[in-house]
Amino acid sequence: MAETGRLRQAARPAPLIGPVTLLRVAIVLALLASWEFLARSGWLYRDVVPSLLSIARATADLLTHGQYYYNLGVTAGEIAIGLLIGGGGGLVVGILLGGSRFLSKAFEPYLYYLGPTPKIIFLPIAIMWFGVDTPSKIAIGTFSCFFPIALNVAAGMRQIDRVLIRVGRSFRATSLQMVLKIYLPAMRHPIINGVRLGFGFALIGTLLAETRFSNKGVGFQIMQADSTFDMPHMYAMLVVLFVLAIGANALIGRLGGLDQIKRS
Amino acid sequence: MTDAAARIPAGARFDFWPRLFGLVTICAALLVAEFVIRGGLINRFIVPPPSEVIQALYRVVVQEHVFRRFLATAAECLIAGSMLTLVGVATGVAMHRYKLLQQACETWVASIAAAPLVIMYPLFLVVFGRNALTIIMMGFIAGLPPAILKTIEGLAATRKVLVNVGKSFKLTGPQQFWKILFPAALPTIFVGVRLGLIFALINVVGTEFLISYGGLGALIADLAERYDLAGTYAAICFVILVSVLCFVLLEKIERWLRPVD
Repeated sequence: MAETGRLRQAARPAPLIGPVTLLRVAIVLALLASWEFLARSGWLYRDVVPSLLSIARATADLLTHGQYYYNLGVTAGEIAIGLLIGGGGGLVVGILLGGSRFLSKAFEPYLYYLGPTPKIIFLPIAIMWFGVDTPSKIAIGTFSCFFPIALNVAAGMRQIDRVLIRVGRSFRATSLQMVLKIYLPAMRHPIINGVRLGFGFALIGTLLAETRFSNKGVGFQIMQADSTFDMPHMYAMLVVLFVLAIGANALIGRLGGLDQIKRS
Repeated sequence: MTDAAARIPAGARFDFWPRLFGLVTICAALLVAEFVIRGGLINRFIVPPPSEVIQALYRVVVQEHVFRRFLATAAECLIAGSMLTLVGVATGVAMHRYKLLQQACETWVASIAAAPLVIMYPLFLVVFGRNALTIIMMGFIAGLPPAILKTIEGLAATRKVLVNVGKSFKLTGPQQFWKILFPAALPTIFVGVRLGLIFALINVVGTEFLISYGGLGALIADLAERYDLAGTYAAICFVILVSVLCFVLLEKIERWLRPVD
């Protein structure tokens, strides 16, 4: 009887919606209901918390206008170039620091402590050096992503299995071959992790630089919505931006296989 | 080898020369910059000579009320830090206590940590106005996710044997939490609080700069708008110095809290 009962229990189909999904839906609905209540309550200044309908309309309007895609393209381009220059520099510096204990002890503390300082304060310098147009935004993006990538690569370099390095040397591999065949493949995960962090910092740096002195880019468009008190559009832009940023972050992690490390 | 040298640990002896080399290299780079700028190879109205920046550092400290501004930034960081510690740790504890809540929301919190929250500052300007509250709230929301995530991680990593000891002493729920779980998780929780404070500091100074209000960040914006280049560089150096001192202090506290292996 007990066996039959167990079989019957095992055969019972799983519920279509699990308790976790139910709770998530409940939380989202509660948040949306609270938002709508706050929007209609009149407790805050009108339009500071716009209704959900007006935010949805603004989002649809945003996504159907070419201007937003142009600004998004400008910001994406600035971030991509910043990531390329800062990431490339970070990779080279990281390999040098990770490969030499002496250089690491000489210079890594400076990178370690400069890394978390707010990079946006360098904007006046970037503007003096590169002008108010796109290059100063790229410079801030570059500077922002350089530190996490360099530090991650240096740490990853130190974690490489010594046997792999000895194998490379026993085959008399040149320095370039060592980098391309041993170091880079062995450091894939720390590099991707660094790029993911660097992407986040480059994104923040570039967007903030665009909010300060700019005439294009998503940061500029957000400031335009702010100056015209177009709150529904501002919320719409923030929501779309957060979704894109979180998606891009997850994508970089997935492409680099970071999700598989966490699962294993 | 002298007695004094013999007393220095081998690791520290090895550290001395690289550190000296690093310092000498930086000094040499500054010296080269000084000559190159004074020689006219780089426009001194774009990059001031390092000697002028050092002189401006004294001027900025004395004339621009740096300590008053530093206190303003420190107070904003302290309030944001206290808020994120209280809310972050309490939320983390609640999520650890109610597993369903943790399963439903932990990925959301991790996702929020990846979002560029600081870009919300124009929105906060509208909601809270151009005042210290906007700056504090920006610091608070930026530092919250790591505090929550590390609290959950710390509580979940409590050794099973410690929990079993508590159970064998028939400790009540609150006793189990205050005597076993919380002390065991404290080092990891502090890592989260430290990360949160770093994010808060970055966002506080960044927002001050962007809205030209408050302490050290606003000082950089003021000097840049006055085209006081040497002063701007000096103020940036001062902010870096303050940031580094904060990180070193937080690291020392973290090491003090960390149990000896």
